[in-house]
Amino acid sequence: MIAFWILSPIMVAAALGILFARKAVHAALLLAVVMVGLAVLYALQDAPFLFAVQIIVYTGAILMLFLFVLMLVGVDASDSVVETIKGQRLMATVVGLLFGAVVVLGVAQVSLGAVTGLAEANADGNVPGLAQLLFSRYVFAFEATSALLITAAVGAMVLAHRERLSPKQTQADLAAQRMRDYASKGLHPGPLPSPGVFARHNAVDTPALLPDGTPAEASVSRVLSARGAVRSAPATDVDRLTDSMGDGTSNRAVTRSGPRGPIDGDPSDRARPEGTEDQA
Amino acid sequence: MSATPFLVLSAILFTIGCVGVLTRRNAIVVFMCVELMLNASNLALVTFSRVNGNLDGQVAAFFVMVVAAAEVVVGLAIIMTIFRTRRSASVDDASLLKY
Amino acid sequence: MFVPLAETAPTVDPSTSGGVFSLLWVIIALPALGATVILLLGNTRTSRWAHLLGCATVLGSFAISVVAFVALLGRAEEDRQIGQKVYDWVDAGSFHVDFGLLYDPLSALFLLLITGVGSLIHIYSVGYMAHDVRRARFFAYLNLFVASMLTLVLADNYLVVFLGWEGVGLASYLLIGFWQYKPSAAVAAKKAFVVNRVGDIGMALGTMLTFATFGTLTFAGVSAAADRASDTTLTVLGLLFLLAACGKSAQVPLQSWLLDAMEGPTPVSALIHAATMVTAGVYLVVRSNFIFDYTEVAQTAVVIVGAVTLLWGAIIGCAKDDIKKVLAGSTMSQIGYMMLAAGLGPAGYAFAIFHLLTHGFFKADMFLGAGSVMHAMDDDVDMRHYGGLTKMLPVTFLTFAIGYLAIIGIPPFAGFWSKDKIIEVAFEQNLVVGLAALLGAGVTAFYMTRLMLMTFLGKKRWEDGVHPHESPKVMTVPLMVLAALSAVGGLLLLNDWITDWLAPVVGAEPHVAPEIPAIVLTLIIIAVVLVGVAIAWLTVGRSDVPRTAPARVSVFTRAARADLYGDAINEGLFMRPGDRFVNGLVTFDDHAVDGFVDGTGSAFGGMSGTFRRVQTGFVRSYALSVLGGALVVVLALLAVNLA
Repeated sequence: MIAFWILSPIMVAAALGILFARKAVHAALLLAVVMVGLAVLYALQDAPFLFAVQIIVYTGAILMLFLFVLMLVGVDASDSVVETIKGQRLMATVVGLLFGAVVVLGVAQVSLGAVTGLAEANADGNVPGLAQLLFSRYVFAFEATSALLITAAVGAMVLAHRERLSPKQTQADLAAQRMRDYASKGLHPGPLPSPGVFARHNAVDTPALLPDGTPAEASVSRVLSARGAVRSAPATDVDRLTDSMGDGTSNRAVTRSGPRGPIDGDPSDRARPEGTEDQA
Repeated sequence: MSATPFLVLSAILFTIGCVGVLTRRNAIVVFMCVELMLNASNLALVTFSRVNGNLDGQVAAFFVMVVAAAEVVVGLAIIMTIFRTRRSASVDDASLLKY
Repeated sequence: MFVPLAETAPTVDPSTSGGVFSLLWVIIALPALGATVILLLGNTRTSRWAHLLGCATVLGSFAISVVAFVALLGRAEEDRQIGQKVYDWVDAGSFHVDFGLLYDPLSALFLLLITGVGSLIHIYSVGYMAHDVRRARFFAYLNLFVASMLTLVLADNYLVVFLGWEGVGLASYLLIGFWQYKPSAAVAAKKAFVVNRVGDIGMALGTMLTFATFGTLTFAGVSAAADRASDTTLTVLGLLFLLAACGKSAQVPLQSWLLDAMEGPTPVSALIHAATMVTAGVYLVVRSNFIFDYTEVAQTAVVIVGAVTLLWGAIIGCAKDDIKKVLAGSTMSQIGYMMLAAGLGPAGYAFAIFHLLTHGFFKADMFLGAGSVMHAMDDDVDMRHYGGLTKMLPVTFLTFAIGYLAIIGIPPFAGFWSKDKIIEVAFEQNLVVGLAALLGAGVTAFYMTRLMLMTFLGKKRWEDGVHPHESPKVMTVPLMVLAALSAVGGLLLLNDWITDWLAPVVGAEPHVAPEIPAIVLTLIIIAVVLVGVAIAWLTVGRSDVPRTAPARVSVFTRAARADLYGDAINEGLFMRPGDRFVNGLVTFDDHAVDGFVDGTGSAFGGMSGTFRRVQTGFVRSYALSVLGGALVVVLALLAVNLA
């Protein structure tokens, strides 16, 4: 019972959190808290099977499904605080409180008699007991539920399906399209540069450097660019590296560069093959 | 263990779910509140199964879970389809049936 | 004031018909058939023979009436009431009415008058309406009238009387408005019908009250039980029947329609508004003698109505320039005499009927004579355009003159005998009434003399292009017959024949010796008449008659020209308040009733306009309503289970 008294405030607080959370993801996670708490309460009440099912099915599958959809819809889709329907919030609170008060009071008034307990029902174990009922008295409901599950799966497929409006482009089509784009617009026909290849870091958010030291925008996901999460290629890093390599000549090509290579610098730099520079 | 506290908790969770349905505008959050209500009734069912001393309540709770699963699948698929066309998941968008 | 009834009023107790009396129903059926045939076949199809059929039917009825009369004469005095049941008319629970006919001395006289004078007028109409394209219809209506009037006088119960009553009202309406294209005629017809309707209320209520009191409507039944009814009931009945009689007979206060009714063709004025229909009121009073004899109040009312009307009509007649309107005023006045006599009880009933018969002769004579004059003068009715017609219209002048002498009461013509008896009986009962009747005689003499002077004597004042000529034989022969009857009609009084003849119907009054000897009274009456003639000669005959009516006249003349303000009184007392009431009702209907209905509609519209705002379209507000409903359900459950 102690478990109950510890868990119930947490669960109620989490439920209230769902009401007030601004971001939908937070609400989902708070719902997970409630569900796990409920699972423990089932365990408390001699329903171990349901305890397991609650966690596996409800929290593990259904809630994850929620999260998937949230991901597809937009993780940061948040409600604005302003209520558009006049008086809705107030009325909802009032009626909700009234409803809650009435039901709670009603429930409190009811005398349920002595709790029989599930010792006898669980005599052969909870799962066999459930199976007994499931396959004798509720077998028709069981069969109907299986049909329901199939229907639901098929329904989801049908609803989420998107009809292809144009024929699928084969690889040859894609290659030809790339060539056409190069011919007309000068777009690079080859694959995009991978990020951070020519610089010290090969993280996703670090752009690759072009021969003249400028960052190549095409090497970083435009999502990251849009978010402003792109790290600049640290020029000091390269300098430090070459300094640590010990020939003392600073490669000014990184900072002062023209379109085709170093503007000024030692002729000895030119002699060094460019391929050795990308040991970062 | 007395059953009443469990029932009271179930009632409270149910009410919170109700108010959530009425107050939240994001369709997915509304759906989550509906799930909360279903869970609250599950708790009540399990409690009563304990009170009555047989497992019918637990079987019922089991069925509720299965149905809730199926319902979530289809419901979320619908929400996603609506979102694809409308680019918005607000329940206030469906307001053509007004005076 | 009145001599109380010496014995109970005679009861009606008809014996069954046989022999010639089995043809009683034919008397009514013949003109009814004539009317039906002509109306159903239509004016154009029957235009060549309708007038012949019309005359034939009425002459046929006349023939049967004569035969029946002779047969009745042959019977013993106690045996002169014959009843004939034509068929069961109404059979509804305790209300049972037969279409029954009663042939007794009273109805016998009326039958002869109606069919006799009626036939003469039908024959006259053949010539008078010769140029009218709708003559066939005219004869159909005339036949319809005759059939209804015969029903009225042959009825043996009040409901059949009512049937005939309404029938003559309808025929009068149709005939007054015969020249439909004239708006004045249509208005006059409507006025006659509406004023008659007021009287018909009295007839209807009287009939209903009769049934309620006596349980039967037959004269036989009512007369047998009359002395046992309460005084109030009998008084009310008498007054109701008096109201009915006032409407039909154009007595004050329902007299305003008669002068306007002269819009109809002259034969109509002669038949309906002189000889027969307007006498239906008198018939009703006389026939209901078993009611009136037991109620002094009603009898007094009848006498007062008669006295007032006889002076009223006479005064109006003095100032009219339209020859027909003078005669109409004269009719109103003479019927006043009849009502006066009828109100005097058994002493006067017989004389009322006597005067009714003689009046029928001489008034029809004069009306047809006026028609003849109009025919000669291109349908001009203004006496100021007449004058000097004796040479041009000799037959008309002579017949008219005989009628004139009869009406003013110069012996030995018919009118003298009847009017003299009435004045005598009036004096016996009450001095004031007698003086009124005497004065009326004088005034009658005045305006009739004025009429004669302006029409036939004096200088010619004709319009240009008018060439008066005598009317054809078909018109002058009826005139001659009627003049002859006006001359010798007084014979009915010989040996008190008429009094004895009618005694089984109306009772007899033992003759009370008058205070003034009869011969003295007669001389006084003749003297008053001659004074009237003299005044007329002095005021009208001596000087030239101006061709246009003088504008500056005395207040009496002005009042008389305006029908003694009868129309103005009706308008002020009834029409305008009624108008305002109806307008008020219309406003009430428009605003209150319609407003209520429309208001309910717009209230609902407004309410729905407000309530529809609940439908916000938002799912969440609907969900709120669902939660509210769930709350109510839970409360109810708890209330039921925990209470």
